[in-house]
Amino acid sequence: MADTLIEALALLLHLDPQVLVIVWLSFRVGIAAVTLATLIGLPLGAFVAVARFPGRDALTVFLNAMMGLPSVVVGVIVYLLLSRSGPLGSFGLLFSPPAMILAQTILVVPLMAALTRQIVEDAWRDYAQEFRSMRYSLADNVGTLLYDCRFSLVVALLAGMGRSMSEVGAVMIVGGNIEGFTRTMTTAIALETAKGDLPLSIALGIVLIAVVLALNTAAFGLRRWAMRRYG
Amino acid sequence: MANLVRRLILTLPLLLLGAVAYAEESIVLASTTSTDQSGLFGFMLPKFEAKTGIKVKVVALGTGQALDTGRRGDADVLLVHDRPAEDKFVAEGFGVERRDVMYNDFIVVGPKADPARLKQTKDVVEGFKRLAAGTAPFVSRGDKSGTNAAELRFWKDAGIDPKGWSGYKEAGSGMGPTLNMSAAMGAYTLADRGTWLSFKNRQDLEIVLEGDKRLFNPYGVMLVNPAKHPHVKSAAGMKFIEWITSPEGQAVIADYKINGEQLFFPGAKP
Amino acid sequence: MFPIRLADVSFMPDGRNVLSGVNLEIADEGITTVLGPNGSGKTVLLRLVAGLLAPHAGSVHWNGGTVPAAGIAMVFQQPILLRTSVLHNAALGLKPLGLPRRERQRRALGVLERVGLAHRAEDSARRLSGGERQRLALARAWLMQPRLLLLDEPTAALDPTATEAVEQIIRSIRTDGARILMTTHNLGQAMRISDDIVFLAGGCVRERTPANRFFSRPQSPEARLFIQGELPWRISFDD
Repeated sequence: MADTLIEALALLLHLDPQVLVIVWLSFRVGIAAVTLATLIGLPLGAFVAVARFPGRDALTVFLNAMMGLPSVVVGVIVYLLLSRSGPLGSFGLLFSPPAMILAQTILVVPLMAALTRQIVEDAWRDYAQEFRSMRYSLADNVGTLLYDCRFSLVVALLAGMGRSMSEVGAVMIVGGNIEGFTRTMTTAIALETAKGDLPLSIALGIVLIAVVLALNTAAFGLRRWAMRRYG
Repeated sequence: MANLVRRLILTLPLLLLGAVAYAEESIVLASTTSTDQSGLFGFMLPKFEAKTGIKVKVVALGTGQALDTGRRGDADVLLVHDRPAEDKFVAEGFGVERRDVMYNDFIVVGPKADPARLKQTKDVVEGFKRLAAGTAPFVSRGDKSGTNAAELRFWKDAGIDPKGWSGYKEAGSGMGPTLNMSAAMGAYTLADRGTWLSFKNRQDLEIVLEGDKRLFNPYGVMLVNPAKHPHVKSAAGMKFIEWITSPEGQAVIADYKINGEQLFFPGAKP
Repeated sequence: MFPIRLADVSFMPDGRNVLSGVNLEIADEGITTVLGPNGSGKTVLLRLVAGLLAPHAGSVHWNGGTVPAAGIAMVFQQPILLRTSVLHNAALGLKPLGLPRRERQRRALGVLERVGLAHRAEDSARRLSGGERQRLALARAWLMQPRLLLLDEPTAALDPTATEAVEQIIRSIRTDGARILMTTHNLGQAMRISDDIVFLAGGCVRERTPANRFFSRPQSPEARLFIQGELPWRISFDD
């Protein structure tokens, strides 16, 4: 056990190029997916929090439920969509990073939307009367609330990032775990462990934990700073 | 400032997606996890790439899944080891230009103490009969792979329905995890020699039965039929098939060794 | 928008009688103060006038129309401040107008100067003191150039200095041409600022009198008791 750990640390300290390629891909896919999910999920969540329309409660329940969507299920669905025999096959996106980004975006959007809805709804409770008296339109409400809740929303964004980088089921299925091309930290860990090659698995695991810790530290620090600055 | 930030946020996904567009030529090779995990591709493909400039992207699945990927047109070339299934694939019109590439053999591995006494026979069917008569467990891959298909043929030849035997454990996973499980449980399993040689977590396992002609495991390569899937990169795919069956490619296969032991034997007909 | 008429208005959430049978007309003149003890329904009355609440019985009309008029600004008892600068908060009322940012900031700075907060423009709004917050809320409302300004207990939590500053601003807004309807339970304030008084107690309008007469000769017994500082919680009168 100790030797494995030492080998793992050696890989990290020497900045083994294999490890770097894998880590870089994980970040690229994660950041792209979270960016897209934010652009879709934040306005969606804010809209559901503020607007009144028939079926609003059903949509809220749906978004909350979709947060727990199993990643392999999303993986299979996207796989069938992107396969050459599938409806979107002509784009030839299967087994490539864009396919992984698509699958992860689908996974993260409900998370971002549901968190946003919760955060914005809490603020809306305080602000609703005042905004109504100023005759704000729906767009005015959504825009102002999103901006005012920006720090809490960044925390939601970091949560989305954590979910994206820890995910393995969907990216394995739609990416194919191709070496140097669609192999992320999580799929590499799965593969190397299956092969019984543990040092690389552990090295990547260390990086993954470090990333998750860093994200959470950033979230914590941001909230602290925002509290002090803006109250 | 806010405008700049906004613009950056909107272009970021495009940058990240675009950075991914590769200018070089490439093909998708669907193969089996055992072949991939043996390290053969890592050894062989850089040489092909250097010679032709074509990048080979390997998607490693079980044989059944690899063929299915070819059926859907999601791969350009297939390299698998299940002759009956390959022939069926070609007969159904999904594959063309099927050629023999190489072979290795299967082995039965089990606990050093060998409670089922497989070490004493060189007959694989006899070995399977002894397994069913004993209590030591057997782990099956259970994943429609070439290895799994061979294993099921042996049970059939032995006249045994493995699902009726209490020691039969179906893992539903690749060779590596199956070996992991066998090592942990002190169970027997059927493995391909390639994966076994590169498997690092052996614990108490060792080879208990080998050499039977029926353990012969041939590999075939073929192109996904461009008539069924016009987008298939047939030119580049054929270059790969030609190369791997050429004397040069065959020599590379023979050269691949782990700890001085050769894993695969050239099998292409000249 | 004017006159604003409340006709037989009752407001009874969950069966509680917050307002009953209120008749009130608000014409376009001066500063009217709604005076009364806590729980008399003053805040609800303001919200009805603003069109933020609908009555359970009776009706509210703005110049004969049933749609709440534009041009009404309201300052709530606890004004909402966003997690942004004082300047940004002051300009919140301008958002629906779609003006360019520079113009919004210019106007906001102008009104902040008039309330004496220009030097705090870049500070975080939530760090302001109680009196400064109230001035900011007034600035925000003023910037909307309302024809009717509703103020709910604008100085309830302020010390005398801050109260004085706020009252000064209210007078300036009046001079600018806005009609003002405000609530308070502070007799002195009502005396200083108002043109006329609406006295509300127990959910009913007990009297409406010009300010200069109200304090010397209140007409209703409840008002008399209130001015003497002796109004009991339960209101039941036989006369």
